[in-house]
Amino acid sequence: MRFRLNGQQRELEVHPMKRLLDALREDLGLIGTKEGCGEGECGSCTVLVDGEPVCSCLLPVAQVEGAEVITIEGLGGEHPLQRAFVEEGGAQCGICTPGMIMAALALGPNPTEAEIREGLAGNLCRCTGYTAIIRAVQKA
Amino acid sequence: MRTAISKLTLLQPASLQEALRMLDEEGPLRPLAGCTDVYVEVNFGTATQTRFLNLWGLPQLRYVRRENGILRIGALATFTDLIRSREIQEEAPMLVAASREIGGVQIQNRGTLAGNIANASPAGDSLPVLAALEAIVVLESRQGQRRIPFHRFYTGYRQSVIRPDELIVAVELPRTEGVQWFRKVGTRAAQAISKVVMAAVRSDPPRLALGSVAPTVIRLPRTEACLARGGSMTEAQEILTKEIQPIDDLRSTAAYRRLVCANLLARFWTDTHA
Repeated sequence: MRFRLNGQQRELEVHPMKRLLDALREDLGLIGTKEGCGEGECGSCTVLVDGEPVCSCLLPVAQVEGAEVITIEGLGGEHPLQRAFVEEGGAQCGICTPGMIMAALALGPNPTEAEIREGLAGNLCRCTGYTAIIRAVQKA
Repeated sequence: MRTAISKLTLLQPASLQEALRMLDEEGPLRPLAGCTDVYVEVNFGTATQTRFLNLWGLPQLRYVRRENGILRIGALATFTDLIRSREIQEEAPMLVAASREIGGVQIQNRGTLAGNIANASPAGDSLPVLAALEAIVVLESRQGQRRIPFHRFYTGYRQSVIRPDELIVAVELPRTEGVQWFRKVGTRAAQAISKVVMAAVRSDPPRLALGSVAPTVIRLPRTEACLARGGSMTEAQEILTKEIQPIDDLRSTAAYRRLVCANLLARFWTDTHA
């Protein structure tokens, strides 16, 4: 099967029901995407598929055939959101951080606090209490 | 992922006709739309099926449109599609309200209304809305289409009239007069399964539907009749608490659910007072 991954065309020979999360981590070596709950509750496995945040733990790889997938690696490390998370203390243990940033990427420009809270409601963080995360998103 | 993936088979139809043929000849198959319920079972090793049918490659099933005065929602329309649809915002605002409280954005981007119906949970957040709007579920097989009124769709706990050779292809919403009202009561706005969910329409007669208080989503015909004939709120609340059969489970207790339902009824009636 074929799809675009972080701007590059990729071909993959895996079981069509393999989770996108596992294909990314095991077959493509992209371990920035984390597994938390494995049931769509925590958002730590969030990636963008055709620009929309989705849980890669709930997605058979067959369903991204022909789609555009962006993972945290696609941001390159110096993205304004990544820098703001570092500067504002938006990351502590770091497990939720890639998913938080991918969900925040899909927010429009200059989101209000209410928009940030709704857009990130599907991402759980057990360290920060969310305040620093929201500050980071606003800063970026 | 606890299910051994090598034992699973995924059929990938290129058209609705091919999907219906596969269901008929190569079943039993479990249809996959956004996978937000099915993959939880696959991840935890509790899925009983091993053969699946991928519908996501059939974009012709992903639409919301107005046809002859009714709203028709295709089987692959996601909750995000419903939230963004001008037609749904105008005619079924409580379906927008319910969709915004389903999971988080990630789930809304993949989860479908038809999938919520097919999953048949008594706690499905969109289901009381469909009951109160008197939706029609459109089923299709190689034998043709069946249009099932929503109140006749479920036959018991997680049981429905859908046959193994049939797919839900669309949901129809007839035009509904009156003010719509929706409230989900859970531990948190996002990512929480409801303790109680209520959808209602202030019309004459009023319509009331509740989730998480019986083996299936239910309408409350006796409570509706009481309000329609001008009965007092106290009388209507007493009837309501007899019309539901909530249980104690890990999300809440029967007693709490009864109390909340009675309070929601009063809140609905006050909020929608002309």
